[in-house]
Amino acid sequence: MEIMEGSLAVAEAVKACRPNVIAAYPITPQTHIVEEIARMVADGELASEYVRVESEHSAMSVCIGASATGARTYTATTSQGMALMHEVLFNAAGLRLPIVMTAANRSLSAPINIWNDQQDAVSERDSGWIQLYAEDTQEASDMTIQAYKIAEDRDILLPVMVGMDGFILTHVHEPVELCPQEKVDDFLPSYDPDHYLTPKNPLSFGTIVYPSTYTEFRYMIHEAMKRAERKIIDVASDFRDKFGRHYGGLIDTYEAEDAEVLIMAMGSVIGTAKDAIDELRADGKGEKVGLVKVRCYRPFPAEAIAEAVKSAKAIAVLDKNISLGYEGALHTDVKSALYKENGPLALGFILGLGGRDITKNTIKNIAEKAQKAIKSGRVEKDSEFVDLGAL
Amino acid sequence: MKLSIGAMAEPGSTRTNKTGSWRTFKPIINVEACIGCGTCSMFCPEGTICKVADKYAIDYDYCKGCGICAHECPVKAIEMVLEGE
Amino acid sequence: MQEELFAPGHRGCAGCGAAIAARLILKGSGKDVIIVSPTGCLEVVSSPYPESAWKVPWIHSLFENAAAVASGVEVALKSLGRKDEAKVIAIGGDGATIDIGIGALSGMLERGHDVTYICYDNEAYMNTGIQRSSSTPYGASTTTSPAGKVSFGENRPKKNLPAIAAAHGIPYVATASIAYPKDVIKKVKKAISIEGPKYLQIHAPCCTGWGFDGSKTIEIGRLAVETGLFPIYESTEGKVTSVKKVKRKPVEEYLKAQRRFKHLFESEGGEGELKKIQDIADANAKQFGLDL
Repeated sequence: MEIMEGSLAVAEAVKACRPNVIAAYPITPQTHIVEEIARMVADGELASEYVRVESEHSAMSVCIGASATGARTYTATTSQGMALMHEVLFNAAGLRLPIVMTAANRSLSAPINIWNDQQDAVSERDSGWIQLYAEDTQEASDMTIQAYKIAEDRDILLPVMVGMDGFILTHVHEPVELCPQEKVDDFLPSYDPDHYLTPKNPLSFGTIVYPSTYTEFRYMIHEAMKRAERKIIDVASDFRDKFGRHYGGLIDTYEAEDAEVLIMAMGSVIGTAKDAIDELRADGKGEKVGLVKVRCYRPFPAEAIAEAVKSAKAIAVLDKNISLGYEGALHTDVKSALYKENGPLALGFILGLGGRDITKNTIKNIAEKAQKAIKSGRVEKDSEFVDLGAL
Repeated sequence: MKLSIGAMAEPGSTRTNKTGSWRTFKPIINVEACIGCGTCSMFCPEGTICKVADKYAIDYDYCKGCGICAHECPVKAIEMVLEGE
Repeated sequence: MQEELFAPGHRGCAGCGAAIAARLILKGSGKDVIIVSPTGCLEVVSSPYPESAWKVPWIHSLFENAAAVASGVEVALKSLGRKDEAKVIAIGGDGATIDIGIGALSGMLERGHDVTYICYDNEAYMNTGIQRSSSTPYGASTTTSPAGKVSFGENRPKKNLPAIAAAHGIPYVATASIAYPKDVIKKVKKAISIEGPKYLQIHAPCCTGWGFDGSKTIEIGRLAVETGLFPIYESTEGKVTSVKKVKRKPVEEYLKAQRRFKHLFESEGGEGELKKIQDIADANAKQFGLDL
C-alpha cells in the first residue's frame, strides 16, 4: 500500500497491462496520466510505442489502426477532447476494437470550465462503448485492468471507457495497492485476436454496409453490449479471487436492505454519499437512507437496478450531467428501468456541474426531499437543479 | 448469410459482381494487329485484360466497355462494337 | 505474370481514373502491404459489404483520419515485431487528404512514421457529387463553385499540398499521373523502399466529375501534364530532384475537352480567364523548368 495520486495509480495499472500502443493528446485533467506513462516509456519501464498525436481525433484513430493490426492499445482524454473524438468513438465500437480509454471526466464548454462533471462521457453513451465509473482511485486503477479483460473477450470485442472524476480522483492522493505484474500477466493474457490486418489473411475492415444489413450489424453490437453485463460481473468476481478487491459488478449497494430512500449515483460522489448516509443513520432519528452505486452505465443494468430498488419508497438520482431541455441522463434511464416495476417515487437532481462541490449537506437535503415525497405520496419535481444560485 | 464481426469482407470478393452487364460498347481485339505491348492491360480500370501467350484477351464478365483500351492502343488494334451486334 | 491485387467487380464508373490509380499503386507495392483508405469514391466503390476489391489487407475508418490510422498500423507492426511483414500505405482522395485530413496528415509526416501517403487527386469531392475542394483548379465549374452569370467557377488556385508536405522535411515527395503508369509504379516502389514518411500525389482524372467520355481518362491526364498544369516531379528533403519535361501545349487543348471548363469558351470574358490559367501553367513551367 502506498500513497499516490489517482492519475499515477491508473498509469501503473496501464503499465501492468502491457499495452503495445499508446496514443495521447494532452488535456486537463487527463495530463498527469499520460505524462506518467510517457515517463515510464522514457525510463524504459514500459516497452510501448507512444504516439504523441496532434489531436484527440487522431489519438483514437491511431488506436483504431493499431488495434486492427492486433495491438493492445490505450488512450485517455476528457471533455472537449472526448467531444472531438465523438465520431471516432462510434467508429471504434462499430469496428469491434477492444480499445481501453480513461475518461478523466470533465464538463463541456461553453462556458469553458476545466472542472469535474460527467457530461463528456455521458454524452457518448450511445457510441457503443462500455462505460464504467470508478468510485475512488483504487477502483479506477483496478477497473483499468478489468476493462481490458472485458473488452478483449471474444464474446464482447467492444471498447471500454473507464470514467474517473477529473481532479476529484485524477489529482487526489490516496492509499493505493498496486497489482503485482506477475498476477496481472496471469489475469490478463496478451491480446490474441482472431482477425487482424496482415498479408497472411488479407481481410478488408470497415466496408460500406447497405440498408439491407446495417440494422443487423448494429444489433450485433447491441447484443455484445448485453453479453457484457454478465462479463462485467464475472470479471469483477475473478478480480476479487485474484487480487482480493471487489467493487460490485454492474452496481453495488450500501445500507440498502432496509432503506426507504435510495440515493443513486456514479463516480466519486458515491464516497461522499456513503459518509452522509452513515451520519444520517447514526443521528438516531431512524432515517432509512441507502445507496445504489451505478458502476456500469453502458450497458445499462436496468434489471439489476429495478431489483435493487424494489423495496425502497423513493429513489434520489444524482446526475453530474444534464440532457439540456430535459433532465439528468441517469435519472431518465433509471425511471425508464422502473417503469414496469411499479417502483418507488423517482426524484432527479442535477448537480456537481463544472466542478461544483457536492457536500454531505447537499446529500442530506436531497434525502430529506425524498422523505417528503414519501410522506406526501407524490413527486413534486421530477428533476431539479441542486443549490442553484442567483441568476 | 452469416454476418462477419465488424463487417469484414473477404479479399477480392467483388469478383462475384459481374460488371460486364454494364457494357454498351464491347472492345474487340484484333489479334492479328495486336503487338502485345500491354498498354490496354495497364490502363484498364477493371484490370480485366490479361496476357494470353504473347497477345492480350479481355474478360467480358467484368469489362464495363469504357473504351480506354481502344482509345490508347498504339496500333489501333481494338475496336468498340455496339453490344449485341 | 503479376497477380491482379485490385479485383474486378468494383463499382467504379466505366473509365474510372481512381481505379486505375489503385491498380498501379498495388502493381508498385506488391502484396506485402497494409492499405488504409479514408472515406471517398475509391473506398465506396471497392468495399460494398460483403464484397471487397482489395486482395491485400485493407481498412477504412473515417474521412479525415487515414493518416492517423496508418500511423497506428505502423507503430503496431513495430511494437508487435512484425515490421518486416508489410509496408503501410494510405490511399485517399484530394478531399480526404488536402482538405479535411490535412491535420492528421501533417501529424503523421511530422512524427516521422514509416508510411507512404498517396493522394489520388481528382480535384473535387466526387463521391458526394462533384463539390469543390481546395484541390479544384482555377476556373473549374463544380456543384458548389458553379459557373454562373457573375461567376467563372472556382476562383482560387489549387492548393499546393506537395509543397506543404515537402515543408515537413520528409525524405520523399513526388507527383505522378495515371497517364504515365510506369512512372507511377516506379515512384511507389521507390517511396516504399525509403524509411520514413513519404507523400505521393497522383493526378487521376474523373470522367463523371470533369465531363468527358470515359475512354479519354488517360488522354485528359496526359494533357494536364503536357500543358504544364500538373507538373510531375520528385523532391527529397525539400529539394526538387527530378522533373518530367514536356513539349508544352496551350492550356486550351486540355480545358476545351472537359465540361467543367466549357463556360470559359462560351461566356463573355472567358478569354481573360483562359489567360489566367495559361499564366498558372507558365509559372509552373518556370518554377520546375518543365519546357523541353
